[in-house]
Amino acid sequence: MNAFLAQLLNGLDKGGAYALIALGLTLVFGTLGVVNFAHGALFMLGCFCAVAFRALITIETITIDPTKLSPWGQPLEIRTPVVQDWLGSWGTVIVDYSVPLSILLTIPVMLAIGIGIERGLIRHFYKRTHAEQILVTFGLAIVIGEVVKAGFGPNPWPQPIPNALRSAADIGRWIGMEPGALTYPWWRMIYLFFALSVIAGVFAFLRFTTFGMVVRAGMADRETVGFLGIDIDRRFTVVFGLAAVVAGVAGAMYTPLLPPNYQIGMDFLVLSFVVVVVGGMGSLPGAVLAGFLLGILQSFASMTEVKSIIPGIDQVIIYLVAVIILLVRPRGLMGRRGVMES
Amino acid sequence: MLYLSKTDRLKLLAFAAVVLLMPIWLTPLGAAYPGLMQKFAIYAIFAIGFNILFGLTGYLSFGHAAFLGVGSYTAVWSFKLLTMDILPAMIFAVIVSGIFALVIGFFSLRRTGIYFSILTLAFAQMCYSLAYSVLTPITNGETGLLLTRNDPRIIDTALGAAHVGAEGLPSPTFLGIAMSGYSGFYLCAVLLILAFFIAQKIFASPFGLALRGIKSNQTRMIYTGFNTKPYTLAAFVISGMFAGLAGGLLAVTDPIAGAERMRWTESGNIVLMTILGGVGTLIGPVIGAWVIEYFENIFSAINKNILNQTFDFLPDGLQNVIVTVASKFVGEGWHLTLGLLFVFIVVFLPGGLVEGWQKLMARFRGKGREKK
Amino acid sequence: MTRLLMNRRGLLRTMGAGAAATMASPMFFTRGAWANEFCNSPEKSGKIIFGFNVPQTGSYAEEGLEQLKAYELAIKHINEGGGMLDTLKPLSLKGNGVLGKKVEFVSGDTQTNTDAARDGARRMIERDGAIMVTGSVTSGEAIAVQSLCQEKGVIYMAGLTHSNDTTGKDKRRYGFRHFFNAYQSGVAIAPHLASAYGKDRRAYHLTADYTWGWTQEESIKAATEALGWETVATVRTPLGLGDYSQYLTPVLNSGADVLILNHYGHDMVNSLPQAVQFGLRDRQANGKDFQIVVPMFSELMAVGAGEAVKGIIGTSNWHWALEDAGTQAFTKAYGEAYGVPPSQAAHTGYVQAILYADAVERAGSFYPPEVIKALEGHEFDGVGIGPTLYRDSDHQCFKDVLVVQGNDNPSSKFDVLNVIGKATRDEVTYDPSIFGGELGPYEPNQC
Repeated sequence: MNAFLAQLLNGLDKGGAYALIALGLTLVFGTLGVVNFAHGALFMLGCFCAVAFRALITIETITIDPTKLSPWGQPLEIRTPVVQDWLGSWGTVIVDYSVPLSILLTIPVMLAIGIGIERGLIRHFYKRTHAEQILVTFGLAIVIGEVVKAGFGPNPWPQPIPNALRSAADIGRWIGMEPGALTYPWWRMIYLFFALSVIAGVFAFLRFTTFGMVVRAGMADRETVGFLGIDIDRRFTVVFGLAAVVAGVAGAMYTPLLPPNYQIGMDFLVLSFVVVVVGGMGSLPGAVLAGFLLGILQSFASMTEVKSIIPGIDQVIIYLVAVIILLVRPRGLMGRRGVMES
Repeated sequence: MLYLSKTDRLKLLAFAAVVLLMPIWLTPLGAAYPGLMQKFAIYAIFAIGFNILFGLTGYLSFGHAAFLGVGSYTAVWSFKLLTMDILPAMIFAVIVSGIFALVIGFFSLRRTGIYFSILTLAFAQMCYSLAYSVLTPITNGETGLLLTRNDPRIIDTALGAAHVGAEGLPSPTFLGIAMSGYSGFYLCAVLLILAFFIAQKIFASPFGLALRGIKSNQTRMIYTGFNTKPYTLAAFVISGMFAGLAGGLLAVTDPIAGAERMRWTESGNIVLMTILGGVGTLIGPVIGAWVIEYFENIFSAINKNILNQTFDFLPDGLQNVIVTVASKFVGEGWHLTLGLLFVFIVVFLPGGLVEGWQKLMARFRGKGREKK
Repeated sequence: MTRLLMNRRGLLRTMGAGAAATMASPMFFTRGAWANEFCNSPEKSGKIIFGFNVPQTGSYAEEGLEQLKAYELAIKHINEGGGMLDTLKPLSLKGNGVLGKKVEFVSGDTQTNTDAARDGARRMIERDGAIMVTGSVTSGEAIAVQSLCQEKGVIYMAGLTHSNDTTGKDKRRYGFRHFFNAYQSGVAIAPHLASAYGKDRRAYHLTADYTWGWTQEESIKAATEALGWETVATVRTPLGLGDYSQYLTPVLNSGADVLILNHYGHDMVNSLPQAVQFGLRDRQANGKDFQIVVPMFSELMAVGAGEAVKGIIGTSNWHWALEDAGTQAFTKAYGEAYGVPPSQAAHTGYVQAILYADAVERAGSFYPPEVIKALEGHEFDGVGIGPTLYRDSDHQCFKDVLVVQGNDNPSSKFDVLNVIGKATRDEVTYDPSIFGGELGPYEPNQC
């Protein structure tokens, strides 16, 4: 029972992450009709917003003591952190909470990057073939990755969780189990909560604002909306920016769980495509549903009890589920007819 | 059956000349060594096969690397179990990958568009993951399937055939000629020309016409009472067999089969090669394959030393600046150059290298006429 | 770009032709009485070229690029003296190149992919005329390139590779490994685990599901069970998974009190912090503090795992803070050149290049069988970690193995590991027959 509950939690947590990563991709698919292979790179840029934010606030003044040498033969450096120097204990708190605070940096940066990419490159490709969209966005993803590699190097950058949230919560005790029977890391629960709020926020934005209404109309029939005299292009720019922001904050908050390096986006790219397609092209609820479904199934497939029946099932579960769903339901879980089918 | 139209015959001749003369025209490019020329020929075969599916029917498979891997594994197993002769190895590679393609294609082709792409991707990723882990007894996992001296090789043992390279590991042979080095390249080159010929035949045949019809409007084809399924499946299997042949050749020229050959990045690579060169054109995918292989093998090997030697004639300060800037784009930075190349080509040469080139030429010609 | 390569290519060709035509002029290689023809003989080409084949892109680029820097340093020292040339004993190199001729190098990107690694090695051998190929960051690469080099008749000096197979099941006459292996990790770490955590422990293994992971799991399991530990479960995890939560939760109430992570590289960088976040190290199990062990990790992995690595016990091939003369000479030279201390990936690459050059000098010839014989059974000292033997029966190096622990208070990001002990060379020596395999012939194939 404990094991079951724990895996359910894992599944929800994974699902939250998958859904959040897939959300931006399906937004761009559904509204702009663009196959965005650079989506993983946007996620990665979000991760590095958190890294850069921490690097900024832990900036140190370096004084060199030329009389002493380090064991590797360089003059000894004496480092003093700047922010703590200025702000005292407040500085320490800021450094401690660098990951959640980095959201403040991530949102404007990613919005700017998203809008920049859309204006500069993507919008010239709305009417081009999917093949060309793939080539250009993949090329873009490589370039973004290489730029990050040039700046941050190829080794992963671990980001600490704030001290107060570092341990695991004793969930079992809350629901009347023995202490320690069911524990789960605070940060993972925060991530799940965060993912759900962002997803809810995006849905509410599309549901309850005029802007969202126009975008949804554009998703359904772009030409007609254009005929109505609405400048759909500008709204699509904002949608792309929004997708970049969602991918970015998903990345920034994920850094304590997965120390990012410049390749992290490529690892998530395939996965996010599978989630989006299993959910059904052009369907936001579908992507969320598929994210949670795949997350939960992946967790259960890796239980030893399951693996002993079907060896290697945990290696392939995501793809197996994708195959089965796509064969049973032609357009994924909630896909609409005619989107990305030809 | 061997008939080709006149332009096609000319094209084939020119293509054959270009391929067979690689050792000469690749020399100034620093790529004229057997290892890379073999790769040029093999990946061109792979790309031609991929284009028969993607270029003609419009079905974008994201899992073709699986067939490449299956072909390689089959060939190496044929070397281990049967004989070091390459003929059975290649025949089995093509047949087994064809069977894989039949199964995967049968299921995947029930969907179109991106749903099809993800289905093929999922099948290929399953093959990769399993080959890397649970199927290690068959695939030798991370290390890759290698020959050993005490493999059974039933046919060779029965015939008492001596191996080339008797002291160490046996080498794959064709009629007693070892298939490493230049002989391996010429084998791949001949097969590439053959593959090109087959592609020409398919492009010009009623079958190819039907496939193009499916690409432009499948629904209309179906409404006219045309059963498209056998056609797309045949195209899928043919392109899978090309991939299997390419995989088999990889094992023939360098007898190892690794699981990484089946990873999605490899599938993505062949997609990029085809798009880069020009989808649906005969020669485009070949050029795309060559460009990407060239970057992967030659650009990645240029280091600061070589740059310094090259720009030695410049004054010191300028040399330093140029070398520092250039070194960001070669060696460890070769990915950056490749990425930029993708972006520039799509932006400035829509339709890939071949179509872009044709448009460019047409424009120049047009301008020239205006001036006159 | 075309012109650039033409220059280089043209240069190579003319050099080759020129050298062949005017072999009378230099007196170099005179000791090479071997009239034997072999692959890329420097006598023919007039150039000594080493091929450095390391990942420069992909997940292991950092290790690869550090290794490449160390190789460049090794070339400098071979040609001009300095570094470990001052400490290696016995030493035949004179600091003027190899056999009186300066060494050059070419480099390539393996992308941490066996196919790309073999492509790179083939380019070095077939186009650039490399007489020796070296470098790797994973065992997959090392074994693939090693078998290629055997077929080509070019000596391969393996870089970072930890699998037992490299000098076991897949050993080759033309391949040599300075790095230690999983078996030695197990033997080395066991006494320290016993003294730190006691002899009555229950271990839970999470193992990366591929050949290296399996050999390490097997070795560590055998070593810890010999201590009296009990193995509760061994669970395989997919390679490159990222999020390990679904494998970590079952550990919590499994009755185990030690988690052993048989993960390498990014698998470890991801799984270790996650294990710590699950509160494993704050837990009590069976009345003891729960512990996590990572049997093999490097400085770069420790940096990547961040704070989670504090207090974690593992093994290492080498560490820059060792006190012996060889280590200090290398660390100083590397630090002066690049401003940071070297990692073990850099060290093993550097040592391998020097050892090959020294073996050629001792053999008096580049003829591979002679060089191989000069390396086989060679006993030397002064390259860090004490007296070392290149064993003839499997081409594995035998030397002390370091036991390291994550530093609780690192003064810089280079100070993340402390050396807490050593297993002596005798302790980590084993019978080569336990891993099988055969080396193959000395006679080079023609390439």
